[in-house]
Amino acid sequence: MNKQLYTNTGVLTWLVIRQDRIRLTIWLAAFIVANLLVANAFSTLYPAQAERQAMAETMMNPAITAMVGPAYGLDNYTVGVMLAHEMLLLTAVVVGVMNILLVARHTRAEEEDGRVELIRALPTGRLSNVASTLFVFVGTNVLLALLVAGSLVMLGIESIDVAGSMLYGASLGVTGIFFAGLTAVFAQLSESGRGTVGLGMAVLLIAYMVRAIGDVSSETLSMFSPFGWIVRTETFVNNYWWPVFATLGISLILMGTAFYLNGIRDMEAGFLPAKAGKKQASRMLLSPIGLAVRLQRTGIISWAIAMFVLGASYGSVLGDLESFFAENEMMQQLLNPASGVSLTEQFMTMLMAVLAMISTIPAMMFLLKLKGEEGKGRAAHLLVRSVSRVRLLGSFLALALAGGWVMLSLAALGLGVVGNAVMEEGIALGTFYQSAMVYLPAMWVMLGLAVLLLGWAPRATVVSWLYLVYSFIVVYMGGLFQFNEWVVNLSPFGHVPELPVEEVSWMSLLGLTGVAMLLLVAGVVGYRKRDIQGG
Amino acid sequence: MTVLTTNSLTKHFGKVKALNGVDIEVREGEVFGFIGPNGAGKSTTLRILLGMLKATDGSATIFGKDAWNDAVQLHERIAYVPGDVNLWPNLTGGEVIDLFIKLRGGKRTERRDELIQRFQLDPTKKCRAYSKGNRQKVALVAAFSSDADLYILDEPTSGLDPLMERVFQECVNEVKQQGKSVLLSSHILSEVEKLCDRVAIIRDGRIIESGSLADMRHLTRTQLLVETRQPMTELSSQPGVHHVEEKGSAFVFQVDSEKLDQVLSYISTFGIVKIESAPPTLEDLFMRHYEGVGGEG
Repeated sequence: MNKQLYTNTGVLTWLVIRQDRIRLTIWLAAFIVANLLVANAFSTLYPAQAERQAMAETMMNPAITAMVGPAYGLDNYTVGVMLAHEMLLLTAVVVGVMNILLVARHTRAEEEDGRVELIRALPTGRLSNVASTLFVFVGTNVLLALLVAGSLVMLGIESIDVAGSMLYGASLGVTGIFFAGLTAVFAQLSESGRGTVGLGMAVLLIAYMVRAIGDVSSETLSMFSPFGWIVRTETFVNNYWWPVFATLGISLILMGTAFYLNGIRDMEAGFLPAKAGKKQASRMLLSPIGLAVRLQRTGIISWAIAMFVLGASYGSVLGDLESFFAENEMMQQLLNPASGVSLTEQFMTMLMAVLAMISTIPAMMFLLKLKGEEGKGRAAHLLVRSVSRVRLLGSFLALALAGGWVMLSLAALGLGVVGNAVMEEGIALGTFYQSAMVYLPAMWVMLGLAVLLLGWAPRATVVSWLYLVYSFIVVYMGGLFQFNEWVVNLSPFGHVPELPVEEVSWMSLLGLTGVAMLLLVAGVVGYRKRDIQGG
Repeated sequence: MTVLTTNSLTKHFGKVKALNGVDIEVREGEVFGFIGPNGAGKSTTLRILLGMLKATDGSATIFGKDAWNDAVQLHERIAYVPGDVNLWPNLTGGEVIDLFIKLRGGKRTERRDELIQRFQLDPTKKCRAYSKGNRQKVALVAAFSSDADLYILDEPTSGLDPLMERVFQECVNEVKQQGKSVLLSSHILSEVEKLCDRVAIIRDGRIIESGSLADMRHLTRTQLLVETRQPMTELSSQPGVHHVEEKGSAFVFQVDSEKLDQVLSYISTFGIVKIESAPPTLEDLFMRHYEGVGGEG
């Protein structure tokens, strides 16, 4: 009987691999290449110990701790320590995202689409779908751990030793396994694939923030987050393995829970039931823009809350940062503050760039929803009625523009309000807001590119995401990797004046706005001319 | 011999009672039709039979085994085709058929290729490019190329064109001739009429009628078209006469089967010029049961 629950797991395992063989290869390759590039960059850019020690000094501040985890091994800041301190958490977050997306795709989304029904009608076990999915993703994470560890060792950098590399890889692997197990549980609770991904992402974000706040103010709090555990492996210095085993233990419990819940429930049912909807459409819904808003209501609200909280959590470290800068003379020399500008303000500009780029994510999602609608044949429902293509595209674009503005405003507000509450010498709220709003033209360029792709090459809209990732890397990490100026200037975010440190440069702002307009118009022209899918 | 029995099968989804004691019985070598409007509980019943939903109460037995507990063993002998077939977008139709055959523990056979040809399916296309009808063909080819003893088909032809529908009907007749059983849920009543030996009608989670079509016709009406020399003034008030309509000089109406004798003697007194009778269709039967809720029907 017990064995019957898992009948044919082997064949289904093959099916999962067959579907995702390319996807998985790309993910794994991306992780390995990214880690190798960073490790290599660190050893080339900071070859001397003195340079690395100088770097270590800048790492000892609460803002960095909030972002990448507590600093360690600062008295001997080797390339290995640099890598683990600055990259482990960030990579682990992305590994988590990968597991959430892919596990949801093979469990609940598969069930929602009715493919599990076909499989279950064949001689396969009740738990075979979950079992085969977890089988593949535990395997993927183990492979990831081994490949990352192996490739780091192969670099032959002295401070990146075998023991540390193994732990580095293992930390990433177990984080992945944890989120695979967690998503498997959520796949039992939620009735939809989207809901499963949403729950997973929410927990990931909360785990990251709990750790950020915990790492800055209370270590006990950090212990409630899986990320709080793995940043305490102190890889390449002390190589503590307990976080890896603890995470693995919790993961096993999560997987057991997923199996249990899956075993007792009906197919296509969830434990969080969907509630009945409205009988009639409200007046708000009855226009293309109303529809665009309504379809993404949950996303809009969640992002709005998330952006405010993100701004607020960055704001909460500004106070610590201020007192830290006041006490640290070396830091003052290093950052070489411009006259009349406090170090906190200087730091604020970097936060603004990050917040602006993160705010661009929901804005682009709101716009590109139109592509998903088209793919499912639903855009056709509107276009066969008296809605023009320009109006349809315009509605989603309007939502994206308004959404991006709201998200950025909320983030700046969160940063400003909380920041002022914890700082002794406050900064005017208007300054916060202004230094955020100057990023709007850059955001418009990103949206313009997305519209251009929607109009001319709808299959290639992923390019706009890659461009955002590129911007993030060059702007956020530009200083760290000492990129050439033109590399940074290829991103619209590289052209934004850093208020309040720099003057407002109307030239660059108008230039960005002009580029955005051109892209938008070109995109709309393409969208009017091309074939629409579906319908 | 009975291959499938449900005994006062009941299923509640929260407060909603989807099934309220469903009793059906499928015998060996017969095609059993399962009809009812949307939301009546057809698919719920079939999903319980396939061990995907757990019954709240009652029992569902196939080949003497419990549908929930022995699902895996049972599925080795059952082939299922749902009405809404969704497939893996980046696999080809041929790959999916082979996957299903493999999951049954079988091997690719000539039967598979023969069926692909008969259903005119292009097995090299990716499933994302298939229309609804083509996805259904994939499921049908996989089902009929298996060596199952019971076929459970849930509105399997809803996306097929009339030519393919005929191929489907041939396939059903072939498996029937091999002594296998088929449980066919369908909206296409002419298809059920053509294929099925016995029929059950479900409404609001309850079986309201079941038996052979011949049996059930006793319960229903014959449609008559009659032209008489003298006008039939009192026709509508005759017991057993329904839905009287004038068509030119003739009357079209329905007669309860048990009143046919009296009605015909009444008509014959007016001097019959022309009389046409149509046997009750399943559609009439179906409509009658559903209208029954409202008026006299």
